[in-house]
Amino acid sequence: MGIYRDVGVVLRTYKLGESDRIIVLCTQGRGKVRAVAKGVRKTKSRFGGRLEPGSHVLVQMYEGRELDIVSQAELVETLPELRTGLDRLGRCAAILEAVDQVSQEGEANAVLYDMTVGALRAVAHWDTPLVTSAFFFKLLAVEGVGVSVGACVECAAETDLVALDLASGGVRCRSHREGVAVSPEALLILQLVLGGRLAQALALPIGAATFEVDHLAHLALERHIERRLRSIHILDGS
Amino acid sequence: MADYPAAIQELIDAFGRLPGIGPKSAQRITFHLLKADASESARLVRALSEATARVSFCSVCFNLAEGEQCMVCSDPQRDPHVLCVVEEPRDVVAVERTREFRGRYHVLGGAIDHLQGVGPEQLRVRELLARVQGEGITEVILCTNPNIEGEATALYLSRVLDVPGVTVSRIASGLPVGGDLEYADELTLGRALEGRRTVVR
Repeated sequence: MGIYRDVGVVLRTYKLGESDRIIVLCTQGRGKVRAVAKGVRKTKSRFGGRLEPGSHVLVQMYEGRELDIVSQAELVETLPELRTGLDRLGRCAAILEAVDQVSQEGEANAVLYDMTVGALRAVAHWDTPLVTSAFFFKLLAVEGVGVSVGACVECAAETDLVALDLASGGVRCRSHREGVAVSPEALLILQLVLGGRLAQALALPIGAATFEVDHLAHLALERHIERRLRSIHILDGS
Repeated sequence: MADYPAAIQELIDAFGRLPGIGPKSAQRITFHLLKADASESARLVRALSEATARVSFCSVCFNLAEGEQCMVCSDPQRDPHVLCVVEEPRDVVAVERTREFRGRYHVLGGAIDHLQGVGPEQLRVRELLARVQGEGITEVILCTNPNIEGEATALYLSRVLDVPGVTVSRIASGLPVGGDLEYADELTLGRALEGRRTVVR
């Protein structure tokens, strides 16, 4: 059985037996990896605290028949801000859930790993739901199902764009409107996010358009992964 | 084709459905009981049926209880103004073993878990709010696990427990007694430093 080291982000964990956990990681070199971390639920575990969802870690593992075994884990960076608020934790969880859904075991995807790390840093730095929305739209673009927001997908008109049609993958003008209505403010944010001006979009004050974009991002991602994102709906009724 | 007589296979399957017991362990337990004295099996059956018949959830705090109320809730010596909120009944036992806490408990029955889709609606949060507002509680100690689910639960509860006259506190995070500093993870050590205390001289 080979020993290997890789950097990755912990996507989720499952309890296993008395004190173990199964750790799911999005790694730089091996894609999604599932591994057993033994004894990490005990308070005296040497690396249990490093293998929480959202942790960016350098892990040493050895290959098992079905699941790999974590033998060491070091934090690459600490982002304590992620735990400073319920909203931030929720955004972090939504990003991790989305990555868990799109990443594949045994397929290295350094772009996805870099994007995940970047998104977690952004969640730690910016206290806005737009971070998650922007990540979802960019994730869809990386997956090859990005939305086009510059011109109408039907007639290529660049003005009077009023709807986002996820089925045809972009915005539509008033004459060809189909799908979900989009306000001009939300459209501007979408254009900033997908036009490479994320910092400009994040600097905008949080308002109705931010939540509109957030809603659109959830719709778009849930349509792609063909299931509801659990993490974004748990506080819906509270 | 069944390998064992139906009654034995049923027993193996019953044990195999228990957490942490695989098919081999289930077989081992079954054959141990079949080989052992009949009184041992009878004792097990009696203990199991008595536990399932007598044990239920405390009507006040949702800890495990043998009657209407658990031992803590029915103890008049306990401070009724301080409430320790825990995830599971076994956490009550863990806190009780410290002998440091003399208040009462509230068992949530789990923790908020974004990734599993467990929200406050599935926990006994509504009952907690009713107790805090109706029982003259002055302090609520959030004693959830120091993992991401426990943190999320504590953050949510601190948000909803914004009741005048009620102090909401969170148990401290830090280094385990008997451990080596060099093996502490950065987050734990950072929190231990953050929550440092003046040494009494």
